[in-house]
Amino acid sequence: MPPLILVKGLLLIIPATLLLLLVLPARRWRLPVAIVAGVVLAFSLTTSLPSGILAYTVSFATMGCVYALLTLGLNIQWGYTGHLNFGVAGFFAIGAFTSALMTVEAPTGIAAQYTQMAFGLGLPFLVGVAAAALVSAVVAFLVAVPVLRLRMDFLAIATIGVAEIIRLIFQNERWLANGPQPLRGIPQPLHCVVETQGCAWLPQWVTAVLDPLSPRDYPLFYLVIISLFVAGAYLLIERACRSPWGRMLRAIRDEEASAAMNGKHITYVRIQSFVVGAVIMGIAGALYAHYVVTIDYSHFHALFATFLVWVMLMLGGSGNNRGAIIGGFIVWGVWSGTAFLANAIEPLLALIADDLPRRAAYFRWLLVALLLAAIVLFRPQGLIREEKLVSRYLRK
Amino acid sequence: MGTIQESEERAPVKRDKRLGERVHDVVQTRAFLLAAIAVVLLLLLVLAQLQGVSAERLLSLAAWGMMLGGIIGLGSIGLTLVYGVLKFPNFSHGALVTLGAYFTFAFLAWLPQGEPLSPLSFGWEFPVALLLSMPLVGLVAMVVDRAVYRRLRNQHAHLVLFAMASLAMAFFLRSIIYIAWGPDFHFYYPGRPNPALTLPLNIRVRADQLFILALALVLMLGVYALLERTRIGKAMRATADNPELAQVRGINTERVIAWTWLLGGALAAAGGTMYGLSSQLRPEMGFWLLLPMFAATIMGGIGNPYGALAGALIIGVAHQVSTAFLDPTYGPAVAFVLMVIVLLVRPQGLFGRGGG
Repeated sequence: MPPLILVKGLLLIIPATLLLLLVLPARRWRLPVAIVAGVVLAFSLTTSLPSGILAYTVSFATMGCVYALLTLGLNIQWGYTGHLNFGVAGFFAIGAFTSALMTVEAPTGIAAQYTQMAFGLGLPFLVGVAAAALVSAVVAFLVAVPVLRLRMDFLAIATIGVAEIIRLIFQNERWLANGPQPLRGIPQPLHCVVETQGCAWLPQWVTAVLDPLSPRDYPLFYLVIISLFVAGAYLLIERACRSPWGRMLRAIRDEEASAAMNGKHITYVRIQSFVVGAVIMGIAGALYAHYVVTIDYSHFHALFATFLVWVMLMLGGSGNNRGAIIGGFIVWGVWSGTAFLANAIEPLLALIADDLPRRAAYFRWLLVALLLAAIVLFRPQGLIREEKLVSRYLRK
Repeated sequence: MGTIQESEERAPVKRDKRLGERVHDVVQTRAFLLAAIAVVLLLLLVLAQLQGVSAERLLSLAAWGMMLGGIIGLGSIGLTLVYGVLKFPNFSHGALVTLGAYFTFAFLAWLPQGEPLSPLSFGWEFPVALLLSMPLVGLVAMVVDRAVYRRLRNQHAHLVLFAMASLAMAFFLRSIIYIAWGPDFHFYYPGRPNPALTLPLNIRVRADQLFILALALVLMLGVYALLERTRIGKAMRATADNPELAQVRGINTERVIAWTWLLGGALAAAGGTMYGLSSQLRPEMGFWLLLPMFAATIMGGIGNPYGALAGALIIGVAHQVSTAFLDPTYGPAVAFVLMVIVLLVRPQGLFGRGGG
C-alpha cells in the first residue's frame, strides 16, 4: 500500500467510526463494532475510490458536518423548546464573519485598498471559533429578550427579519467585512501538517507519518477536525437534553402552564435555549468559514442556510439529536444529488422552452419545498421520533 | 374589531399599585406607543437634517412614503386577515405579492399595447392586466389553502406547523416564479419616461406614483365597503375576532377562510403590481416586502385591517425618509426597528385590546 493512501486511510478512520457510531443502534457491542467497521470502511474507501471521487466524498461529508451542526443548534431551539427560528442564516453568517475577522491578518499596503475590513487580528483558529460563539450568543440574547416574552409566532417574524438585516449589513458595509466583495484568505487550522516542512511543535515521528500529505489533501484533515466538533457538540447537547435542564425545556414546550406552576421561569428558560442553539449555529458558521476560506454575503441566503436546515431537522426528527444529524446528511445528499438531476433534465427542458435549461437549478428548490410541505403534512415527527423517556434512572 | 376598544377598568381588586406596575401601565398605553413612534420619525428627520437634506426633498420623500405605505398596506391587509382568521403568520404572503406582479407582467405581454395615457407611463392595458391578475392570485392562494392548510386544519395541527408549511409554500411559489420568469430584473415598460410633476409646496412626484396612491385608496375603500357592508365581510371580521363564537353563531368558517384567501391574494397582487410599477420586478421583491408587511400587521394589531393600513403608512414614510441618509436596501431594517418598539411597548399593537 502506498504511504499516501495509508495516511489517508488512517485519518479517515475517525470520521468513519463516528459515522458508524451514529448509525448503529445503542447496544453494548456498538463501540467495538464501530471501530472495526470504521477501520475497514476507511481503508476500503481510500483504496477503492479514485482520488477525485474520494475528494468529492470528503467535501460532501464536510459540508454535511456543517449542516449537522446547524441542525443540532436548531434542534435545541425547535425540537426541544418549540422556538420557530426562521433566521438560522443570520447566526450562521455572524459566526462565519466573526471568526474570519478574528483570524485573518489585516491587509497592509496596496492590498488594503482591495480588501477592507474593520479589523483583522490574526488570532488562532480556536479563538475565532470561541468569538463566533460569543458574538452569536450576544445577538441571540438581544433578539430573544424583547420577543420571547411574547407569543411564540412573533419569534419567527423577528428572526426572519434579523437574518435579512444581518445579510444586508454584510452586503452593504464595505468597511466591516469588505462589503459585497468576498473576504478572502481565512486561515485554515493546522494547515502546517500538510506542508512540506511540517509543524514545528509536533513530535518528529508524527511529522514523519504525515509527511506524504500534500496541501491538496488538507480537506481530509479538516474533515477529521470538523467531525470531532460535531461529535463533541452531539455529546454535549445529548447530555444537556437528558439532564433536568433538557426535561425542563420539553416541559415548557408541551405544558407551559404546569411548568410555570412548578416554579420554572418560562421566559428565562426560553431565552437560555435560544441562546444555546444560536451558539451552536455560530460555531457552525466559523467552521464553514475556515473550510471554504473565502466567504461573502451570498453564502448566507435564506434558502441554503435557513430553509434547508429546517427541512433537515423536520426530516430527521425534531427533538432527536441523532435524527437531526442523520436528517442533515440525508437532505444534504438529496440536495447535492439533485444537482446532477438538474443537469440530466436540461435537454428535456430545452424542448419546452429555450431559456428553461438555464433555470434547471430552481427545480431543486421546488423539490425541497415540496419535501418540507410533505413532511409537515404527512409525518411531522420525522424519521426518528423523539424519545419519550430520557432519564437514565427510568427503565423503558 | 375595527372600532377602537374603550378602555375599561380591569382591576376590581382594590390595592395600591407598585411603582413598577404604574410605569408598566403607562408604557403600555396607546399614547405612549404613538409617542415612541413619533420620536423615531423625529429622529429620522433630525438625522436627515444633519446630513443637509433640504426640507423640500424631505416632503417629497414623505409623499413617496405614503405611496410605499399604500403598497405595504395592500399587502398587509391580506396578511392581517389571514393572521386573524387562521391565527398563523403566513410567510408565503410575500410570494403572493411577487406572483401578482409577474402575472400582471404576463398579461401585459399578451394584451395589445395602447398609447400611454400621458402623463402616466402606461396605457389602458395596464389596469386591465391588473384586474386580471388580482383574482388569479386570489385563486392561487385559495388553492394553496385547499392543498396544504386545510389538511392541517383537519388534522388539528399545532399552529407552528402552519407557519412552517407557509415557509415551504413561500419557497415553492418563489421557485415557480424563478422557473417561469428567471432571476433577472423586468420592467413593465422598459425605457418609457415618466417625468416628475411638481406639486404645490414643491413636492416632486411622478404621475405613476399618484396613480398608485389613488388606486390604493380606491382599493382600501372597496375593502372597507366589503368588510363593513357585506355579509361575508362581517363574517370575516367576526371569525377574525373569535372563530369559535363565529362558528357557534352559524358562520361557515371554511367559506369565510376561502374568501379571506381570495381577498388577501387579490390585494397582495395589487400591491405587488404597484410595487413593480414604481420600481422593477424581481423574484425577491415580495420577500423584501414581507418584513414591512409583518411590521405593519403587528403595529396595527393582528386581525385589524385598518390598523394594518395605519401601520403601513407609518412604516412607508419612515422607510422613505430614512433613505435620505441610509442605503435604501436597509428598508426592512427600519421596519424591523419600528416593529421591535411596538413589541417592547405594546405587543397588541396600536388598535389592539387592553391598556388605555
